[in-house]
Amino acid sequence: MDAIILQILNGLDKGSAYALIALGLTLIFGTLGVVNFAHGALFMIGAFCAVTLSRILSASHEVLVEGKTDFLGNPLKEDVPYVYDWFGESAGAAIIDWSVPLSILFAIPVMILVGVIMERGLIKHFYKRPHADQILVTFGLAIVLQEVIKYYFGANPIPTAAPEAFKGSFDFGAMIGLDPNTIIYPYWRLIYFCFAAIVIGCVFAFLQFTTFGMVVRAGMADRETVGLLGIDIDKRFTIMFGIAAAVAGLAGVMYVPINPPNYHMGMDFLVLSFVVVVVGGMGSLGGAVLAGFLLGILESFASMREVIDLIPGINQVIIYLVAIIVLLTRPRGLMGRKGVMEE
Amino acid sequence: MLGLNKQDTTILLVVAALTIFAPFILNPFPVDSAMAQFNAGYPDLMQRFVIFGIFAIGFNILFGLTGYLSFGHAAFLGIGSYSAVWMFKLLSMNVIPAIILAVIMSGLFAVVIGYVSLRRSGIYFSILTLAFAMMMFALAYSVLTPITGGETGLQLALDDPRILGISATPEGNIPTPSLFGVEMRASTTVPVGAWEFTFNFGYYFCALIMLVAFYLSVRIFRSPFGLTLRAIKSNQQRLNYTGVNPKPYTLAAFVISGMYAGLAGALMASMDPLAGAERMFWTQSGEVVLMTILGGVGTLFGPVLGAGMIKYMENIISKINSDILHSWFAFLPDGLEDLIVAIIYPFIGKGWHLTLGLIFMLVVIFLPGGLVEGGQRVRSWMKNRGKSKEETSQTPAE
Amino acid sequence: MSKNFTRRGVLKTGAVAGAGLTLPTYLRAAGHEGFTNAPTGSTVTLGFNVPQTGPYADEGADELRAYELAVEHLNGEGDGGMLQTFSSKALDGTGILGKKVEYVTGDTQTKSDAARASAKSMIEKDGAIMITGGSSSGVAVAVQALCQEAGVMFMAGLTHSNDTTGKDRRANGFRHFFNSYMSGAALAPILVDQYGADRKAYHLTADYNWGYTTEEAVRSSTEALGWETVATVKTPLTQTDFSSYIAPVISSGADVLVLNHYGGNMVNSLTSAVQFGLRAQEVAGKKFEIVVPLYSELMARGAGENIAGILGSQNWDWKIENQLGSRYSGTNAFVKSFGEKYGFPPSQAAHTCYVQTLLYADAVQRAGSFAPCAVVEALEGFEFDGMGNGPTLYRAEDHQCFKDVLVVRGKENPENEFDLVEIVEVTPVDQVTYASDHPQFAGGALGTCNNGA
Repeated sequence: MDAIILQILNGLDKGSAYALIALGLTLIFGTLGVVNFAHGALFMIGAFCAVTLSRILSASHEVLVEGKTDFLGNPLKEDVPYVYDWFGESAGAAIIDWSVPLSILFAIPVMILVGVIMERGLIKHFYKRPHADQILVTFGLAIVLQEVIKYYFGANPIPTAAPEAFKGSFDFGAMIGLDPNTIIYPYWRLIYFCFAAIVIGCVFAFLQFTTFGMVVRAGMADRETVGLLGIDIDKRFTIMFGIAAAVAGLAGVMYVPINPPNYHMGMDFLVLSFVVVVVGGMGSLGGAVLAGFLLGILESFASMREVIDLIPGINQVIIYLVAIIVLLTRPRGLMGRKGVMEE
Repeated sequence: MLGLNKQDTTILLVVAALTIFAPFILNPFPVDSAMAQFNAGYPDLMQRFVIFGIFAIGFNILFGLTGYLSFGHAAFLGIGSYSAVWMFKLLSMNVIPAIILAVIMSGLFAVVIGYVSLRRSGIYFSILTLAFAMMMFALAYSVLTPITGGETGLQLALDDPRILGISATPEGNIPTPSLFGVEMRASTTVPVGAWEFTFNFGYYFCALIMLVAFYLSVRIFRSPFGLTLRAIKSNQQRLNYTGVNPKPYTLAAFVISGMYAGLAGALMASMDPLAGAERMFWTQSGEVVLMTILGGVGTLFGPVLGAGMIKYMENIISKINSDILHSWFAFLPDGLEDLIVAIIYPFIGKGWHLTLGLIFMLVVIFLPGGLVEGGQRVRSWMKNRGKSKEETSQTPAE
Repeated sequence: MSKNFTRRGVLKTGAVAGAGLTLPTYLRAAGHEGFTNAPTGSTVTLGFNVPQTGPYADEGADELRAYELAVEHLNGEGDGGMLQTFSSKALDGTGILGKKVEYVTGDTQTKSDAARASAKSMIEKDGAIMITGGSSSGVAVAVQALCQEAGVMFMAGLTHSNDTTGKDRRANGFRHFFNSYMSGAALAPILVDQYGADRKAYHLTADYNWGYTTEEAVRSSTEALGWETVATVKTPLTQTDFSSYIAPVISSGADVLVLNHYGGNMVNSLTSAVQFGLRAQEVAGKKFEIVVPLYSELMARGAGENIAGILGSQNWDWKIENQLGSRYSGTNAFVKSFGEKYGFPPSQAAHTCYVQTLLYADAVQRAGSFAPCAVVEALEGFEFDGMGNGPTLYRAEDHQCFKDVLVVRGKENPENEFDLVEIVEVTPVDQVTYASDHPQFAGGALGTCNNGA
């Protein structure tokens, strides 16, 4: 029982990342009709926003330490962050400690900007081009973006910790009345799940309850008619691209303490997030979120020892197996619309 | 000639000439010159050019004609390689049985995967093929290790049975793949002045097969079957209304292109007897998509060109290191030399991925029809220079 | 089938048909020298085949630095590094056999196909006489087999799987780095010493060859000393989030988690394990512990503070001579020249690559020939010292180096990003030596050395 609850928690947590990325992909696809292979790269850039901010905050100057030497026998220099000088040591340390949550504020404008530049500079010229061309150009862009990141940050993962207060774990089982020590769960992963739920909720609310969102939804359903009504749908779509980029970026920022980011983390998620989108059904936001959590949970169950012992290798293929089964039983994924991306 | 029209015969002859003279064409620089770095006329890379050419030609039969974008074609490449290496292990080092088994096996897998995947179209089809290929990769890398060699790949060993051949050479080494005794690696190097040209048996063997494969693909493109496939791409519904069931046609195209991939995989194993699971990873499937689009989707020659381009980048550009750069620009004053090296360095050597990404973007932005369109533009520009007023009809890229 | 289609018949026809066509020499070998890529001019070319793209690119970059340093030292530039301390004095800083050392580089991408393509281009195009490098066992095994076929030497870089000198060993290939078995044998006594003999271990194992050999090695050596293995779970190579594998560990009753992971897998699984609070747990009065059999400095850097207090094994560490004395001489000489050139201390990957290059050069010098078979003979059974690992033997039976193995622990308060591990103990060479036909290494044969053309 508790093993199952535990894996559901894990699944929800994994699913959060899948859902957030798939949501952005679907937003772009649904509004602009563009298959964006650079979406994983946006996730990765978001993560590196957090790395960058924490580097900026801990920017240091060197101070000679008397009486100590480094490995070559030269006098040892120690780095002292500027924030220590400006705010005092304890306040400075607290700022550095909280760099990941602070990065959210930093990442939103950066990611919207990146998204808008991408859309205006490149993607908009590809609306009318075949999907194959869109794939090639966005894949090229993804490679370029990740190579640029690699050039500056290297190929090794960069550990960036959560604030001290959220490190470690707590006894979730005891909280819901199970025996103590059966379900131990890290704070940050729970925060990640809540954060994802809030972001997803915000996106849906934005589309559902604002005029802007209504126009965008109308545009997704029938772009030409909306255009004929004299509404500048292109401009709104550009903004939607920025929002989709920001969603991917935020997913990346908050992911940093879970796994140290590296330059190819976007590619690692790319294929998976496409599978999620398609299993959810092309063009369906709800489908993307649903499929994200579903695949996350199934993946977690498949990694249980009991399951692997029963079917060896199931943990290697579960996602793809589910994708095949879903697509063969439901022609357009879980919630896809007819005629979208079927030609 | 050979049942081809004049234009196609010309294309075939050009391709034949290019492959036959590749050892010269690809080695334009003297051995000791600084530019020798850009020479690509060594056996391994020439073999790769034609093998990936075959892979891309086959992929183009599916994608270029029917428009079905398979994202799991590398699976067949892997199947072909594994089958071929198993033949080398069990039967003999002769490449013929290996190639035959590889084509049959990849054909069988293609029938099954194609039958299931073709029940859906568009991106749903792409994801189904991707899912099959990734499952095969994941299993081959892990739980199927006894059959596939897993991480280290399937290799030959001294104690393999090889019932029609020898387990080990008299010198105590593993025999190498051969065609009735002629080793695939047999090469001869001819120095001509400052130049050196290498002629490799394996390369010409692959080249011959590629020419046959190319010829077959031309025939398919021009056949009624090919026309039906094009009809599927342009309007499947209309085809349905005319009473034609497109399913068997697309499945046939899928199986043919899967067998091409299996053939390419078998040739890879024949040139270099090792089959690794990485050959089936999605990036490999993606690579053949990129080759085809880069060269020109639906054109005859484009995929081969795209394959050559990507393999050239991977093998030549990635080997230029900062030392070589410095030696090129050594004639400049020190400060300028360092500056130029600093500017170029991020794009070559370990930065070759960056260049590759930029080329993808530039080609698709400025040459929507791929490299073939670039060639056509240059040609029509040359043609029109004198008679710019005259109306010129753009022939479709084929 | 006609009667002459027998095995012998086919062979005979093949031989006759082949005789005419196989006469041309393989590649650029000078026929009279009788081996592939025999150097003819005043230079000799070595091929450095390291990952320059992909997840191990930083490790590859460090290996390349070491190679460049080795070439400098061989050509008599710089301060000579380990040439000053190396027990063999054959090398004199005038290149190898009087020929200046040049090198070419290539990108393995940590894929066996790409690695072989790159190695082939070095052999076929650049005339490399020796290939070295790599950062994973899959690549090492693949390139080693290629070098055997082509008739050039292969000096393995970082490769830890038993298979490299076990079932996939080749006569033309040599490995200086230690292996899974040695990790297990070195770790087990110290684990028992530190954590007690009554422990229950839970293994998470990367689901591919290296993972299997490492799991088996650690398992068998710890079980021999009284540990119990509660469970072993295999994790996919492409896994990025290990939470669903880590979460059930605590309720399994185990009190030690062994992470048979490397690279990105290890960074992520260790990070998850610490997040889930495993290290803060107590099981039946015993503190929960995590073990990572194969450590690397770059992975430690990637895992950050999570590495603190985790035990593992290493081939070499740059602090070893300072801490454990002159048995490990050579270390400081190498660290000094590396540090002065690049500004930071070398990793164990850099060390093994540097040493391999010098060992190759020395063997050629002693053999008086670049011919692979002569070099193999010079390296087989070669005993040396002064390369940072103490007295070392290149065993003839499987071409594996035998030397002391370091057991290290992640530092609680590292002073800088290059000082992340502390040396706990050194397991002497006798304890990690095994018979060349040990079951964990069974199933392979060196074959005979191949000179190529």
